[in-house]
Amino acid sequence: MGRYLLRRLLQLVPVFIGTTFLIYWLVWSVPGDPFAGKCGDRRCPDSYINFMTEKYQLDQSIWVQYATYMKNLFQGDFGITFNNRAVGDIIATAYPNTLKLAVVALAIEAIIGLSAGVLTGLRRNGFLDNLVLVSTLFLIALPVFVVGFVLQWLLGVKWGIVHPTVSNEMRLSELLLPGFVLGSASMAYVARVARTSIAENRRADYVRTAIAKGLPMRRVVGVHLLRNSLIPVVTLLGTDLGALMGGAIVTEGIFGINGIGRAVLRAIVTKESATVVSIVVVLVLVYLLMNLLVDLLYAALDPRIRYE
Amino acid sequence: MSDILVSEQSKPGADGSGRPSGRLLEVEDLRVEFRTRDGVAKVINGVTYHVDAGETLAVLGESGSGKSVTAQTVMGILDTPPGFVTGGQVRFHGKDMLTMSAEERRRIRGEGIAMIFQDALSALNPVFTVGFQIAEQFRIRRGLSRADAKKRAIEMLDQVKIPNAKGRFSNYPHQFSGGMRQRAMIAMSLALDPEVLIADEPTTALDVTVQAQIMDLLAELQRERQMGLILITHDLGVVADVADRIAVMYAGRIVEEANVYDLYAKPAHPYTMGLIDSIPRMDERGQQLRTIKGLPPNLMNIPPGCPFNPRCPMAQPVCQEKLPPLLQIGADRASACHFAEDLVNRD
Repeated sequence: MGRYLLRRLLQLVPVFIGTTFLIYWLVWSVPGDPFAGKCGDRRCPDSYINFMTEKYQLDQSIWVQYATYMKNLFQGDFGITFNNRAVGDIIATAYPNTLKLAVVALAIEAIIGLSAGVLTGLRRNGFLDNLVLVSTLFLIALPVFVVGFVLQWLLGVKWGIVHPTVSNEMRLSELLLPGFVLGSASMAYVARVARTSIAENRRADYVRTAIAKGLPMRRVVGVHLLRNSLIPVVTLLGTDLGALMGGAIVTEGIFGINGIGRAVLRAIVTKESATVVSIVVVLVLVYLLMNLLVDLLYAALDPRIRYE
Repeated sequence: MSDILVSEQSKPGADGSGRPSGRLLEVEDLRVEFRTRDGVAKVINGVTYHVDAGETLAVLGESGSGKSVTAQTVMGILDTPPGFVTGGQVRFHGKDMLTMSAEERRRIRGEGIAMIFQDALSALNPVFTVGFQIAEQFRIRRGLSRADAKKRAIEMLDQVKIPNAKGRFSNYPHQFSGGMRQRAMIAMSLALDPEVLIADEPTTALDVTVQAQIMDLLAELQRERQMGLILITHDLGVVADVADRIAVMYAGRIVEEANVYDLYAKPAHPYTMGLIDSIPRMDERGQQLRTIKGLPPNLMNIPPGCPFNPRCPMAQPVCQEKLPPLLQIGADRASACHFAEDLVNRD
């Protein structure tokens, strides 16, 4: 187990270097002038451009730029934007908002998706089963911006049940709708995976054994059946958490949440290469660690899986 | 000869009144069918057997004869759908279990009647330790604390002769060998001290030397605890040493029931004869193995008359018309063959 963990952590190093360079190179090759339009209608003065070019090493080769960037990164310096703002600050402001939204979305996925999946898996072909099958099909088929705008308009504007946008305080009650929108597609997948998994395992020999032992039905289902059926669902949720923590450009945009998704979008549009790369570096790291966590969780859930 | 023909169905307590007959477990004219998309398969067509305390009944038959489905119905673990009980009774201490409430029935499982399954690897839950799965019964059914339940579970593992029971408590089923797994399964089924144990092909998944050990263990535990044991098997060799009585099943019916000695010495049904003949023998090495020709009937379309008649070497015209009932022949045996008397009286 320890060796396995060490190996996985060491594997992160080349992946980390590879992804950061790839991102750096992509942002570097985007055509266009970062200083176009910086100075209103007029072209920026040469002195400003020369100053900025030197400060940000824009005349250097990509190798020099990347090396400098990585050197600073390992000293904990994410760089500064062209507007002289520390990129670390931007991440520190935006990331907690993204995390809150991700947690709410994941909780909704897990609670609603899992309950729907378990109930329909136990009683297939009933009314509830068909309802869940049809509604999950809709949620999977519809793009997130459609779900987002429609629910925002219906619940927030027309019926006025919830506030249509999220304030800076990021209250839990405000986050429920965006969380649902963000998690909706995955929730549908969770429901379907759980349904299949429960239905498959329901006839398993060990479930029959549990019944033959005279255990109450809720223990047969809640302990013996559920624990086995959860394995694929947890994997799905874990992978999804990694994706959710990467920010949600569309959902954050619809509900006006100042999260990492919007921050990176703004940085791409304004060609703030340092910001883009830094945010993506953080996201890549988070994603890799989440994947590692899922793999470890998998072994914890299923004792037949052992890593060495 | 008709004066000694006493139908099984007319024995005391068998009139459907549920009157206690003093028997521990009785299955009475049980009928089960499987309703599938392709049609209705009549899997159990009037099975009657019983087992008393301290007695071993072997239920013998080939795959699809209905021996396991009967056991599942007794246990109340028949998959419904597709399986439906369409008639008969399963009486435990004289009380019909099929008309009990689900809760009443659940209480009998494990404590009254317990079951051992064929493939212990799939019958044990792969994600819980063996110890947990045994201790669970003491905790849930007996309300014992975790520590006490663990102590009792280790005792059970000890009783089924698992070495280092204490250390094995926290192992998972996949860390056990096949024989040890089946021992753990036996420990689990005996945890609540059941009066009847149903063993559904307990040794089929094991190799021959381990088979013998498991059978010895089962026989020993049965003697110690004076349980009624129903041993389901397709292996005549397994049965000979341990069974008191044997019930042979074919196409969802009991075709012959007798004590072990009588059955081997003088089978009273051509199907039983065929089964005994097909045991490989040391003095016939190098010769082709004997088999029963033909295949078991399609349960969706059981032939009229005796279901065995298309395969029977002794079949007469009457066999295609009349279904022979299971009738007493002699003191302690019954056969469902029109010519049972002739078979028994032959030299």
